[in-house]
Amino acid sequence: MNHQDQLILTPNIDRADDFYADLLSAHEGLSKPESDALNARLVLVLANHIGDRDVLKQALAAAALNKGE
Amino acid sequence: MNKIFEIPLYSYQRSDDQDASSPVRHPVVVIGAGPVGLAAAIDLAQQGVGVVVLDDNDKVSFGSRAICFSKRTLEIADRLGLGDPLVDKGVQWNLGKVFFDDRKVYEFNLLPEEGHKRPAFINLQQYYFEEYMVQRVRDLQEQGAPIEIRGRNKVSAIGTHDDHVTLEIDTPEGSYNLEADWLIACDGAGSPTRQMLGLDFVGRVFEDNFLIADVIMEADFPTERWFWFDPPFNKGQSALLHKQPDGVWRIDLQLGWDIDKEREKRPENVIPRIREMLGEDVKFELEWVSIYTFQCRRMEKFRHGRVIFAGDAAHQVSPFGARGANSGLQDTDNLCWKLKLVLDGQADESLLDTYDVERIHGADENILNSSRSTDFITPKSEMSRVLRDAVLDLSEQYEFARPLVNSGRLSLPCTYEGSPLNSADALNGPERSAPGSPCPDAPLGDGYLLPQLADRFTLLTINADAPDSFEEAGITVHRLALSTQDDKTRALRERYLGDNDSAVYLIRPDQHVAARRPSFDDSQFRAALRRAIGKEHSA
Ligand SMILES: Cc1cc2nc3c(=O)[nH]c(=O)nc-3n(C[C@H](O)[C@H](O)[C@H](O)COP(=O)(O)OP(=O)(O)OC[C@H]3O[C@@H](n4cnc5c(N)ncnc54)[C@H](O)[C@@H]3O)c2cc1C
Repeated sequence: MNHQDQLILTPNIDRADDFYADLLSAHEGLSKPESDALNARLVLVLANHIGDRDVLKQALAAAALNKGE
Repeated sequence: MNKIFEIPLYSYQRSDDQDASSPVRHPVVVIGAGPVGLAAAIDLAQQGVGVVVLDDNDKVSFGSRAICFSKRTLEIADRLGLGDPLVDKGVQWNLGKVFFDDRKVYEFNLLPEEGHKRPAFINLQQYYFEEYMVQRVRDLQEQGAPIEIRGRNKVSAIGTHDDHVTLEIDTPEGSYNLEADWLIACDGAGSPTRQMLGLDFVGRVFEDNFLIADVIMEADFPTERWFWFDPPFNKGQSALLHKQPDGVWRIDLQLGWDIDKEREKRPENVIPRIREMLGEDVKFELEWVSIYTFQCRRMEKFRHGRVIFAGDAAHQVSPFGARGANSGLQDTDNLCWKLKLVLDGQADESLLDTYDVERIHGADENILNSSRSTDFITPKSEMSRVLRDAVLDLSEQYEFARPLVNSGRLSLPCTYEGSPLNSADALNGPERSAPGSPCPDAPLGDGYLLPQLADRFTLLTINADAPDSFEEAGITVHRLALSTQDDKTRALRERYLGDNDSAVYLIRPDQHVAARRPSFDDSQFRAALRRAIGKEHSA
């Protein structure tokens, strides 16, 4: 597997605190269904940006927190 | 005026077989004169195999039922001698619109690939499709082909034996018995044959009801496909509007599982919904309304000794993606040349087991595709609905989300990848024509490639030398010699050569690729032919 096929699981976001604040503020004032919808759209937008199915599979597995896989 | 589906097309007539002192034996008996049974019978009769079709009815399909016929079906229909009437009568469309809730989210143009004799698909009422098939049977009969349709012949009992099948048949004049070397059961989703033999019909089951309405519109309405997710006039469900010939429009309203069918069917409940769907000022007339129930499942095996199942009798899918009749025609396309070789003693009975392998692969692909469409159209959990709605909302603004919208995928022909009849791919060529694939069409002089490839084994050579024919295992393989010098559109190069300068293909009678190499090699192609008829088992 070459470098690009590998999901990055080490710190990779520049100014992580700022990003996290952006994420929270995107949800501010939204109802639970609106927030769920926003998250779903965000996942799809990001997934399309990644595109690579191998990386997406690794991301799904990583998000499931299945330890030892 | 009577509708075609109200007129008997193959009325009951007494057959000599009913007066025979002992049951008459036929090479092949087909149960069911639906699109699949008729396709099987025409295919076999064209090859000179005697075939009798039995149907308990005497008319074509009641109501329009299937309306989308795919390119592959039209190519098979060409081989069966009925492609032209279908395409002449059928409606072609390219523009689709997708609606979500109360708004249009996007539209698309199909822009089918150039250089194919047949369009990506046509819309045509199933009763026309069947009517043209019956007409083809009549034409074949006139030419002396050994084919018969017996209307109001209901099969009531079946006996299976090692080398034949016995049938008991009820007619308006009492019952009689027949024997068949081979029986092809094309008796539909409720297959009495399946039940009489006590066979399974299993799989992942989806249950849904659809209200099908055919309406005649007075106003000019565009020839487009409209699909609604969760529209105001059918909350939580879907709706589809599709054009058919004769100014008739098909409307499908998904109703869910727990409904009162009789109530939903009443015009006072149907008409307001349609008015909301089409707009207040569109004038229409209700021609035909019906409720259908769908399931997704298949038999575990399609071949049971001398009884072979095809079409809805073998597998059933949801209507999304129009896979019922289209996949049924691929069944008989796959089966008939094999059965002919077995009947002629040129192949062993075990060749028919590859019908099972290849078409079960096809059925699973169809069930997978239509299950995925169903999951998108009717989300099964809260989160699957959230994700589905997110896709639709994004699709309004961003192109990237549109391929994720699934309102039914176009039925594409199945590739028999990994089939035991394939030889290992020895050409680093285009994937679409790798062994197992249905041959892609291409322009050829004034005509097209596919009609040149039908009904027999062909050695297709492109910029390559080979003998004009060769014989192996009793089968003569004829060469079709082509050159890219005549390939003005470059379609042949793109679809068959890729980066190679030359190629040689062995093509089956059903137009699927059996083997390919950069050049002709006598022993390799002889082995490939033996393999393609089930006589060589090592790869
Ligand atoms: C609303 C709707 C929309 C559809 N849309 C599409 C579409 O767009 N594209 C597509 O490809 N498919 C579509 N389909 C599916 C398609 O109609 C079926 O897949 C197709 O008709 C199957 O053909 P068949 O020949 O296997 O069976 P059938 O057409 O069901 O024919 C079976 C025949 O067997 C006969 N028979 C039954 N029992 C006996 C017996 N005991 N003795 C003698 N004869 C018997 C029956 O009379 C009948 O004629 C649709 C179906 C419906 C209902």
